[in-house]
Amino acid sequence: MGLSAQPRKFLLLNMLTAVGQSVPRRDGAAKVTGEARYTDDLVVPGAWFGKTVRSTIPRGTLRSITLDPAFDWSRLVLVTADDIPGDNVVQLIRDDQPVLARVGREIRHKEEPILLLAAADRSTLEDAAEHIRIEYEPAVPVLDPETATEVYATIEIRKGKDVEDVEGLEVVVQREFRVGLQEQLYIEPQGAIASLNAEGGITVVGSLQCPYYVHRALKRALNLTDRQAVVVQAETGGGFGGKEEYPSMVAIHAALLARKAGRPVRLIYDRHEDLAATTKRHPGVIRHRTGVKKDGTLLLQDIDILLDGGGYCTLTPVVLSRAAIHATGPYSCPNVRVRARAVATNTPPNGAFRGFGAPQTLFAAELMVEHVAERLGMSSIDLRRKWMLRLGDTTATGQKLTESVGSELVLDAALKAVSPLRPADVPTAGPERSEGCRRGRGLSLVFHGSGFTGSGEKKLSGTVAMEALADGTFQILTASTEIGQGTKTIFCQLAADALGVPIARVSVAPQDTSIVPDSGPTVASRTAMIVGRLVQEAATEIRERLQTEKALPPLRVEKSYVQPDSIHWDETTYRGDAYPIYAWACTIADVEVDLTTGAVRVTDLVTAVDCGKALHPILAEGQIEGGCLQAVGWATIEEIKMKDGGYQNDRLATYLIPTALDAPRIRTILVENPYSRGPFGAKGIGELPMDGPAPAIIAAIHDATGVWLDEIPATPEKVLAALGNRDTRHGKRS
Amino acid sequence: MTVQFTLNGRRVSFEGSGARRLLDVLREDLGQTGTKEGCGEGECGACSVLIDGEVVDSCLVAVGQVDGAQVVTVEGLQSPLQQAFVEHGAAQCGICTPGMLLAAHVLLQKTTRPTADDVREALAGNLCRCTGYTKIIDAVLSCAR
Amino acid sequence: MREVTYLRPKDMQDAVRLYRTTPGCRALAGGTDLMVMLHARTLRPAPRALLDLWSLPELKGIVNRPTKLFIGAAEPYTGIIRSPDARRAVPALVAAARTIGAAQIQNRGTLGGNLANASPAGDTLPVLLAYDALVITDRRAIPIDRFFTGYRKTALESDELITGVELPLDRQVAFRKVGTRAAQAISKVVIAVCREPARIAIGSVAEVPLRASRAEAALARGDITGAVAAVAEDIRPIDDVRSTAAYRRAVTQNVLAELLGGDR
Repeated sequence: MGLSAQPRKFLLLNMLTAVGQSVPRRDGAAKVTGEARYTDDLVVPGAWFGKTVRSTIPRGTLRSITLDPAFDWSRLVLVTADDIPGDNVVQLIRDDQPVLARVGREIRHKEEPILLLAAADRSTLEDAAEHIRIEYEPAVPVLDPETATEVYATIEIRKGKDVEDVEGLEVVVQREFRVGLQEQLYIEPQGAIASLNAEGGITVVGSLQCPYYVHRALKRALNLTDRQAVVVQAETGGGFGGKEEYPSMVAIHAALLARKAGRPVRLIYDRHEDLAATTKRHPGVIRHRTGVKKDGTLLLQDIDILLDGGGYCTLTPVVLSRAAIHATGPYSCPNVRVRARAVATNTPPNGAFRGFGAPQTLFAAELMVEHVAERLGMSSIDLRRKWMLRLGDTTATGQKLTESVGSELVLDAALKAVSPLRPADVPTAGPERSEGCRRGRGLSLVFHGSGFTGSGEKKLSGTVAMEALADGTFQILTASTEIGQGTKTIFCQLAADALGVPIARVSVAPQDTSIVPDSGPTVASRTAMIVGRLVQEAATEIRERLQTEKALPPLRVEKSYVQPDSIHWDETTYRGDAYPIYAWACTIADVEVDLTTGAVRVTDLVTAVDCGKALHPILAEGQIEGGCLQAVGWATIEEIKMKDGGYQNDRLATYLIPTALDAPRIRTILVENPYSRGPFGAKGIGELPMDGPAPAIIAAIHDATGVWLDEIPATPEKVLAALGNRDTRHGKRS
Repeated sequence: MTVQFTLNGRRVSFEGSGARRLLDVLREDLGQTGTKEGCGEGECGACSVLIDGEVVDSCLVAVGQVDGAQVVTVEGLQSPLQQAFVEHGAAQCGICTPGMLLAAHVLLQKTTRPTADDVREALAGNLCRCTGYTKIIDAVLSCAR
Repeated sequence: MREVTYLRPKDMQDAVRLYRTTPGCRALAGGTDLMVMLHARTLRPAPRALLDLWSLPELKGIVNRPTKLFIGAAEPYTGIIRSPDARRAVPALVAAARTIGAAQIQNRGTLGGNLANASPAGDTLPVLLAYDALVITDRRAIPIDRFFTGYRKTALESDELITGVELPLDRQVAFRKVGTRAAQAISKVVIAVCREPARIAIGSVAEVPLRASRAEAALARGDITGAVAAVAEDIRPIDDVRSTAAYRRAVTQNVLAELLGGDR
């Protein structure tokens, strides 16, 4: 299914043989036969097994590490902070996170790495861990972000008048929303295998999204040169942001063990360790004050954002940035104030997760539309049409939208897909399907900036290379990783059509830092759009040189990102073009609420997505459907309860994600609304599907029951309690 | 002890503790790494294999328990499902795919015309975080016609 | 690791002998709990041997006897689900079996394992209580309402093995499990109810699967509203990682009302 709004120049591209076709994915055959080799599948002769010993307290001073003298330690290698040849820092934004806690220094969260062990077999490791005594001087942990005083970052966005000076506010609605922690839950846990290499350095093979993040981190902690540190991506069983920054930690640990052991070491997390210790989506509190005229005219959005960064900074300032920029929702408001703050608590650090702050604030923004509409007695769909950003409008950062604005296209497409819609006026409680069960429907409209924020791409200047080989084939050299989303396939499609050759003649070189240039990390919905464009450009240049210059292979071309002159961003004032372009989505969720148990089942989900151009429709739909289900989980059942600064839900039996029986039918409508600088018009859509479902589901629960929830996940516990409160107010239900 | 069983149609023999997990013996002793470990507690289904035609989590089976049994892993699967998974986009990161294929294979062996709900029930023990399941269900149904 | 010995008995008699004479021996059936704990090294004391009961023919099968249905202790849930006899005689047990895990777990999980584990959240246990099942062991028959003696504790002697369960043929039992998701979920509340005789059995609301005696007394009088009110006094739910005491209390009453067809 597709809607088309293509300008004329794109119609010239009907000679495409690969782009736009759902060609078989490159890694498909290996994945359905069991031949694909993930990190833990790799056989490395002589490798030992590694283990991380972690803190059991959320905050305090590491006093001592004592080894039981009765235990035979000669069969093991131990690594402490004293064994780190370089800086005891996991290289990222701030230098606050140690590779290993040092005796006499502060512990900032539970599960903080203290000591590493390696041995020839796993049971020796487990036995050894039981013979280590770690002593702490505990301190009172900071666990509540609302009272936390240590700040990682603040951002303020202002547009129009000062909030106090905005006049004519006839209706003001205030509301506070809360969103919970979420685990990425890639099905393959974190893991890395480190070996000594011929350069006198270390080669790490691992499950990871960003080879050059790991490369920089290895160099810094192990004091290695560019050539000595080698990072190779194994087949990777999912990432979703969870393998953006954390693999640096795993890789350094494995490398330290390998260095000391003088042999390869495998450091593969089991699910319990992965759940207990690795990063989660930032939980947050978002407060809105929205001022309108009685006719719905939007005059003011005043928004406060608080995100909990956990014990170390990781990527928190960047997450906060995306949260703040998306906080208004896809709406045009003359007067905006967004005040965002991310704080430190003594909980395991939070980090990258698909959406990267935007799902948190868009959840609040979309529900605010519902609350304002309810107060005004208007249809929230009509209100969205009144407020939505259109071509020529400016966003909260003052970015003028000059092309590919899909707000109305996706809204219309989604509504058409579910028509005949119930009269789209004031939502009413749904009809009772059966005794004790009610149905409802909710809608959301979201946008998501594709690529890095602001000057990110310019600073990074990601690079790809392409080689024309003597045998008539072509090779793409990029550090962008395949983590299931289809990178390898899409890059080959882009190159094949730019070169004008059959796709079978194009391949992708291994993601190995000794072979490929730094294309930047595989994050931020940037791979297809930003790196894919570089692939297209490199391929185009090769074609031209082969044709017009009659150059002969082998031939190599490199392309690096160059920021167009038209993009302006001021990081100090948060004014300007926050993203090169936005992707848009409208999501309609149907739910059933069981009044007996409070359980919410999302039965149907329709989502219309403006992706610019669907390079590979099946892969694009796959991204959208998968992202939507992650959002359904976040909105309904994925809950993490804290206890003493640690996660109680630290096993797969207690951290529950949707099964095939829980998943709604998901219908995807790809709306093609090309972006002039995207490859063949494509925009990034990796993260967008994470944004829309949660507010649509909460609106649907309200439609079904008349109850507004302000917090996700909407667990049965919360829903039943809310229904109970409503009963008290309005008398006994049904 | 010695454990003898049929793995993907070939007789294999394992020497060691019968209490070891079938998953570990398959991956480490027999070099069959198509079977994945996702949780080690019977929640995710990534380690699904067939024992005498029934789908089980190999992390929950002591290898001694398969003495004399027929064990099939993804390496031994030859099914139109595999091509269908590629064509329908049912495999993304691929880590759940081997287990998913085996669970789907059993369904198609036992049910001639499964509905989408039958497929959902049959695959409920196999977690996928990439696809949202829609394309997996499509792929399985495409093989049931 | 402390080497764990794997023992495969020739027959039931051999199993009983091995179980009695092997120090640190744990009985293994489908392994759906035991293998997890063994691998995670969370069993205390750590077992030194596993006695594999999975393949013993004496513990398999579903046998229709004149007034009873016998289900072998090592018969997997799938066998119960597929058994025409079980579907006819004990549909609530079949319904409970279908809510356990998903196909992989149903293919390995057993009634014997569920009983021996004695988890308060065991999905079949309230159903067995509502049916007044008899737990048959190698030496005796234990009425189910005397089987659970404390948190994960049973009336089994240290060397006693469960061989099966006997269920009556003519009892109408209704069942509902409340979990977080549609499959692969451990229950937050699980209830089985019989009107005649009055049986209300509930899991996940106390340290053991329990019979709600006050509620049963009300039900025996035909007082459904009274039963729904009284059940709150029978249960002792707690806050834990899966749910809250308040939710379990509310849902127990809601589900009981639903199963009994009364007002909430």
